[in-house]
Amino acid sequence: MIEAINARFSQHAKAMGWALRRLVVAPLPTLLSLLAISITLALPAGGQMLLGNVLRIAGNDSVTPQISLFLALDTDRRTAELIGARLKNLPSVRELRYVPRSETLKRFQAREGLAEVLAVLPDNPFPDAFVITPREDGTAALEQLRDELGRWPKVELVQLDSDWARRLDALLRLGRTGVSVLGVLLGLGLVATTFTTIRLQVLTQRTEIEVSRLLGATDAFIRRPFHYFGALLGLLSGFGAWLIVLAVTLALRGPVAELTGLYGIAGTLRPLAVNDSLILIGFSAAMGWLGAALSLLRHLREPS
Amino acid sequence: MIRFEHVSRRYQPDIAALLDITFEIDTGQLVLIGGHSGAGKTTLLKLIAAIERPDSGMVMVNGQNIGDLKPAAIPFLRRNLGLVFQDQKLLFDRNVFENTLLPLSIAGFPPKEAARRVRAALDKVGLLKRERALPVALSGGEQQRLAIARAVVNRPGILLADEPTAHLDPVTAGEVAAIFRDFHQVGVTVLVASYDDQLFAPLAPSRLLLNHGTLMPDAGARPPGQ
Repeated sequence: MIEAINARFSQHAKAMGWALRRLVVAPLPTLLSLLAISITLALPAGGQMLLGNVLRIAGNDSVTPQISLFLALDTDRRTAELIGARLKNLPSVRELRYVPRSETLKRFQAREGLAEVLAVLPDNPFPDAFVITPREDGTAALEQLRDELGRWPKVELVQLDSDWARRLDALLRLGRTGVSVLGVLLGLGLVATTFTTIRLQVLTQRTEIEVSRLLGATDAFIRRPFHYFGALLGLLSGFGAWLIVLAVTLALRGPVAELTGLYGIAGTLRPLAVNDSLILIGFSAAMGWLGAALSLLRHLREPS
Repeated sequence: MIRFEHVSRRYQPDIAALLDITFEIDTGQLVLIGGHSGAGKTTLLKLIAAIERPDSGMVMVNGQNIGDLKPAAIPFLRRNLGLVFQDQKLLFDRNVFENTLLPLSIAGFPPKEAARRVRAALDKVGLLKRERALPVALSGGEQQRLAIARAVVNRPGILLADEPTAHLDPVTAGEVAAIFRDFHQVGVTVLVASYDDQLFAPLAPSRLLLNHGTLMPDAGARPPGQ
C-alpha cells in the first residue's frame, strides 16, 4: 500500500521535475514569456493595489455624508456651546465634532504662505464650526436637516458634504469593475499564452509521447507533466506580477506620501493585501493549468 | 494466447494488408513471421498490440478481443507486451538506463525496484556497462539490444519484434537472435517478423508465411499451435 502511494507520488514528482527542467532547459525564452505574462497580470493586480489604498485612506466612512455647520462670526463662546448642546440632542445627529475658530486659525497659521496673509488681518476670519454625521444618509433626509439647521439663529451656513463622497464612491465602484474586467481579460490572455506554449512543448516531445503510448502510457501519464508545466508557468507569472506590483508600490510610496500630505490626508501606500496576493497567484496558476488542459485537448488526440 | 479468426485489415478499400488470416499461437511458442517486404508482417504485429484494429474478424490476445477494447484499456494491454519496433523508437535525449526505465516509469514501479529491473534487463542484453551512454554513442547492434532490453524490462508474457536483425551484420544478427532464443526458453511467447528464414533455423520455430496479405501453407516448418 505504502509502496503504491510512494510510486504514485514519485510519478507526480517526476512529472513536476520534468516540467521544471523544461522551464530551465531554455532559460531565455522561459524568462521572456514569464516577463510578458507577469507584466500583463501586474496591470489588474496594480489596479487592485491602488483601489485598496484609496479605500483605506479615504476611510470607512467616506461614503457616509457629513454636514458642516458654520456660525456667524459674532457668535460668542457661550452661544456656540448652547448650539452644540442643542445639536447633540437632535435625534437625527449621530456624531458631532466641534471645531473652535481659534483652532482653525492656529491650523492655518501653521501653513506656509497663509501665516503672512492672516497676520495682515485684524481679526480671526474663521467662524466656529460643527461637523455633523447624520444618522440617516438618504438625500431627502439630509436636505431636510440642512434646511432646518439653516433656520436656526446665529447659523451662517450649512453645507452638505455628501456630494464628493458620492462621487468618490461611484468612482471606486467604476474602478473595481474596471479591475475585474481587466483581470478576466488578461486571465484569458494568460490561457492563450499557455495554450501556444504547451502546443510547442507537445510538438518538441512528439517522439517521447508516441513511444510512451506504445509502451503502455495512459493519457493521464502523458498529460500530467504538461499540466504541471502550465500551472508552474502561471504560478511563476503570478509571483512575477506580485513582485512588479511590490516594486511599483515601493517606488510610488514617497511621491504618494508627499501628495497626500499636501491634502492633509494621513496614509502611506501599502503593497497588495495578503488575500489579494494569494488570489493573484492562485488565479494565474489556475489559468496556466486551464491553458495547458485546453491545449492538450486540442493537440494530444491519439492518432487513430 | 494469441488467436486470429478471419482477420482482414485494409488501408484502402481495394488494398488489403491482411486478408482472412486465421491462426493460433500457444503460450511459450517461438513463431517466425516470414514473407516479402509489404506482405503484412508489420500489420500483423500492430494488430496484436492494438496499434491498429482489424476491419473484420477477431484478434484475441490473452483472452481479450482487441477489436472490442476501449481506448482506456489499451495501455494496460500493452504493459503485458514487449515491443521491439522496426525503427527501434529509442529516445535520443536519454541514456541507456533512462530508455530502459521508461516502461517501468509508465507502469508506476517504485524507483528502487525499477532500477533493479533495469540493470537485470541491461545485463541480459550485455549493456550493463553502457548504462550512462546516449543511444547515439551505441553501435547498431547495441541500439537493437537496448530496444530489446526496453521491451523485456516489464517481464511481458509476449514479446513482439519487427525485423530486429535488419541492418545488422550476420554475427551481430546471430547474437540478437540468441537473446530472443533465451527469452523463448524461459517461457516467453516470442513473435519475430523477419525476412531472414535462417535466423532461428536451429530451433525449428513455427512459421507463419505471408504473401500479399494472405497466409501461405508453409511446408518447411510446423504450423503454430502444434
